[in-house]
Amino acid sequence: MQLEIHRFADTVVAAPAGRIDHLGAAPFQAALQPLLDEVCAARSALVLDFARVEYISSVGLRVLMVSARQTREQQAQLLVANLQTVVREIFAISRFDRVLTVVPTLDEAMAQCGAQAQVQYRAAAGAPRP
Amino acid sequence: MKRVRFWGTRGSLPIALTADGVRRKLLTALATAHGRPLDTEAAREAVLADLPFGIAGTYGGHSSCVQIETGGPDFFVCDMGSGLRPFGLAAMAQRAGASQTFHIFQSHLHWDHIMGLPFFVPAFIPGNRVVVYGGHRELESALRRQQEPPSFPVDFSIFGAKLEFVHLEPGRQVDVAGVGVTTLLQRHGGDSYGYRFEAQGKTVVYSTDSEHPLADPAHTERFVGFFRDADLVVFDGMYSLADSISVKADWGHSSNVVGVELCQLAGARHLCLYHHEPVFDDAAIDAVLAETRRLEEITRGSKPLRVSAAYDGLAIEL
Repeated sequence: MQLEIHRFADTVVAAPAGRIDHLGAAPFQAALQPLLDEVCAARSALVLDFARVEYISSVGLRVLMVSARQTREQQAQLLVANLQTVVREIFAISRFDRVLTVVPTLDEAMAQCGAQAQVQYRAAAGAPRP
Repeated sequence: MKRVRFWGTRGSLPIALTADGVRRKLLTALATAHGRPLDTEAAREAVLADLPFGIAGTYGGHSSCVQIETGGPDFFVCDMGSGLRPFGLAAMAQRAGASQTFHIFQSHLHWDHIMGLPFFVPAFIPGNRVVVYGGHRELESALRRQQEPPSFPVDFSIFGAKLEFVHLEPGRQVDVAGVGVTTLLQRHGGDSYGYRFEAQGKTVVYSTDSEHPLADPAHTERFVGFFRDADLVVFDGMYSLADSISVKADWGHSSNVVGVELCQLAGARHLCLYHHEPVFDDAAIDAVLAETRRLEEITRGSKPLRVSAAYDGLAIEL
């Protein structure tokens, strides 16, 4: 699975697209692993921008659970942002919204990752600074 | 096969509705009825019809016991939880005086699935025949053990019916009184077994106390095959998905989310959530059912999947 990747300070933003289902979960996990290793080594944050994710199955959610566990153990962070309506409902029904750090927007995710990351993100996104 | 009737639907241990629970239901019902006409039976029924099942009814508290009505003279039952007691009384009333044969399929031998046998009245009646099927080699010894001192005052010698025990091999279909029965090994502490019943063009799958390791595609394929085109899948939806793969991983149970996914992949027609978490009250199970129906709706492919939540007394026509 191709992930669109951006870096803001020491925060990594990765944007998957499409369906993370029984077929898509393994490629998603494989694409995620080097990024997890990177943020775990740096004790920084990985933000998953789910704006273009149409569906996620239990297998895909398990990948997120395993990834969150890995980052937690290494004093790093995993955040999921920009859930679309269907995926947001799946997170709620599966109770994943209670066990993962889910934030409404990328801007709010960056705010949790540190001032420098947010400043760089806003500059790149063209958002007005506060 | 004609219908499936639920006699016990609660997981892990039986529960009972409390006085406080009844009072809260009544308060909600009275609030709903406020200002509405109540002078006729039809008017009162109309008020009740506007209440959620969790208020107007209850999911019940007996542990696992499900009857499959095949249309034949023999009784088919899955698991001997505490729901076996009311089932036995109903069976006696239904065919009073006649000798009866009971085919009982055990998912496994944990306490909540066998505790009904000492109270199964048909087993006390000479002339009756009780055949217990299962994948566990300890089938007979486990059932005898729960009636040994000091756990119970009477042992198997009290039973007047003829008791038989049949070991089933996973993957092999056997014919039981005209019904094709296939057994599948499931992941649960000490193992459990699922059953697929096929007769007269209808298929019912009973799959409880079964955990699904999501990272194992071969496991998923086995269960999709087992559920394939089933008219009804009775499914262990005890936990949320998040709980089932985190704090309750390896507890041997599954979730509503995995139930929907497996049934959708298998092209099953009806998913019935079963083995309810004993800490859930009626409102909580109502909420799980509503969410599961919504999940099915937003993930539906070409074929709709009907979703129900089992309750003690529910009968599902096939």
